[in-house]
Amino acid sequence: MGSKIMAWVDARLPVTQAWEKHLSKYYAPRNFNVWYYFGSLAIFVLVNQLLTGIWLTMSYVPSSEAAFASVEYIMRDVEFGWLIRYMHSTGASMFFVVVYCHMFRALLYGSYKAPRELIWIFGMAIYLALMGEAFMGYLLPWGQMSYWGAQVIISLFGAIPVIGPDLQQWIRGDFLISGITLNRFFALHVVALPIVILGLVFLHILALHEVGSNNPDGIDIKKNKGQDGIPLDGIAFHPYYTVKDIVGLIVFLFVFCGIIFFFPEMGGFFLEHANFEPANGLKTPEHIAPVWYFGAFYSILRAITFEIGPIDSKLGGVIAMGGAIAILFVLPWLDRSPVRSWRYKGIISKTSVVVFAFVFILLTWLGTQPATETYTLIAQICTLLYFAFFLLMPFYTRWEKTKPLPERVTG
Amino acid sequence: MKTIILTVKVLLGSLLFSSLSLAAGGGYPLDRAEVDPTDKASLQRGVRYFQNYCAGCHSTGYQRYERVADDLGIPHDLMMDNLVFDKTAKIGNLMHNSMDPAEAKAWFGVTPPDLTLVSRVRGGPDWLYTYLRTFYEDPSRPYGVNNKVFPDVGMPHALLELQGIQIDTCQDTSPNERDPLTGEKVCGLSVDPQRKGSMTPAEFDQMVYDLVNFLAYSAEPIREQRKRLGIYVFLFLAVFLVFAYLLKREYWKDVYPQSRDNPPTA
Repeated sequence: MGSKIMAWVDARLPVTQAWEKHLSKYYAPRNFNVWYYFGSLAIFVLVNQLLTGIWLTMSYVPSSEAAFASVEYIMRDVEFGWLIRYMHSTGASMFFVVVYCHMFRALLYGSYKAPRELIWIFGMAIYLALMGEAFMGYLLPWGQMSYWGAQVIISLFGAIPVIGPDLQQWIRGDFLISGITLNRFFALHVVALPIVILGLVFLHILALHEVGSNNPDGIDIKKNKGQDGIPLDGIAFHPYYTVKDIVGLIVFLFVFCGIIFFFPEMGGFFLEHANFEPANGLKTPEHIAPVWYFGAFYSILRAITFEIGPIDSKLGGVIAMGGAIAILFVLPWLDRSPVRSWRYKGIISKTSVVVFAFVFILLTWLGTQPATETYTLIAQICTLLYFAFFLLMPFYTRWEKTKPLPERVTG
Repeated sequence: MKTIILTVKVLLGSLLFSSLSLAAGGGYPLDRAEVDPTDKASLQRGVRYFQNYCAGCHSTGYQRYERVADDLGIPHDLMMDNLVFDKTAKIGNLMHNSMDPAEAKAWFGVTPPDLTLVSRVRGGPDWLYTYLRTFYEDPSRPYGVNNKVFPDVGMPHALLELQGIQIDTCQDTSPNERDPLTGEKVCGLSVDPQRKGSMTPAEFDQMVYDLVNFLAYSAEPIREQRKRLGIYVFLFLAVFLVFAYLLKREYWKDVYPQSRDNPPTA
């Protein structure tokens, strides 16, 4: 009976075919390590954001008069509203934690290299859309940091020559951030960007399943196939990786739920203290910091404290920040190494990737701190190292001596 | 198992830098207030003090009388008779007050803020606990008092009749300086013996503690509930983890080290 129904459906919609292509007959390398959990975790957090977001929308009021109070209404009067809200606010930060780990994995094992350039580019597009999504979402509680954080970020567009000021006004829809800005950010956050992100995630996975997953050795498992045409080092994604990812998910949930139930503010990093005060356009907070996940790029923006020819420091900072994000898109063409994984790259590549990770974390932290003289100097050195990692990559990856690749996956 | 431990390490590692929060605040050292949301008696005294000494100017307009009464174990009729001063208000109303914000601004220079969330705005109860106890005489200020934690604050010393007026004995010395022999503070704030309040310093500290305890509660009323629920969630996850791990181990028995071309000998 069941198989008859499936046959009927399959004749009209390729359900079984899709199931097999993407799960039960998608052969992934068997040597995935801990870094390979973050892809499925990202999907989990995305679903978490979508579901909790839908429920928040049911009680949230997008207007400058009522937004702040409606968030407190959710926290107090809506059944389990506090849980839904904390799941959403923690999910936002954890989305970035997971995505940063996922991207770092790609960096370690060369997952962006041919033939996976498009996967990387779709991934970067997701990251960009996610930054927009997070930025607009942060305005919605209409707290002090929502308001002034948005003020700082929108004012960056004002640094663009000629069209800057008009562009700023166009984004805000007003002469200053107001209920109009709040309403349009609400529309973009709740409708437009989620659609974009879902579409990009679909393309990201489709492109991945076309060429197959990379692995910690960075070698091609399709070179060694068995009699049945299945890679000898490949195992079916379902059930092997689905059951494994469930274990990873539970470990992740310990951290995720630990934050939700015991540290929802995460020491002021996930929910900033100033954001428990309603937005007030006449009262500037002492210290405006973007949420931690923008810290690295905010640090790079602030690191440019000097003029470069006709470019003033503000425009210079915006260019540096934009460049820091843009350069990630061309990463697949900067890496000229004959091998993918850092396991078989030379000592310069290995050192650089570790230094880069350290620099990125340091920049992130600096971005949340007030810019003192020492901090600015550290941020400037880190910015230099950030760009050096990418700009020197074509040279060191080509010149350094790599280790011979194994025939089959290890570990 | 090794991979699980590794995952935990990676996740914790990525969060570590987030917890390196620097304590916010100005120069004045804050006294610790270990608030206790389970101490109903303290919370009940706290709401009483708040309604009597604070609510004239400050609303707690994001919470409702009924919720406070229920959470703190106050019967509705007692709440309505003794703690709800607006006789048109119903028990389900938000805890607003009758002060006109525009007039308040003219009187104090700034509209007294709503205090429902003040404990979270200030990053915890310590700031409030110290702030409310560090008003001191300063004739240069419009209300004759200044504050150590919030210099030149617009608020008068609303608890003056209870505490009495404090004098700052630190003129040229730092408030942190201690006597090298006794270890006691060299100078600081102390109540003027001529102008004592109705409470002893110890009673006053307890009173402020109760008030702060109530404000910490009102900033996040579900605090205890979420911690309690969190423990059950953790217990569930622990059980789930055992079964998920056993399931994974069962399936992965097929995935022998040398893969399909070299099956293990039975």
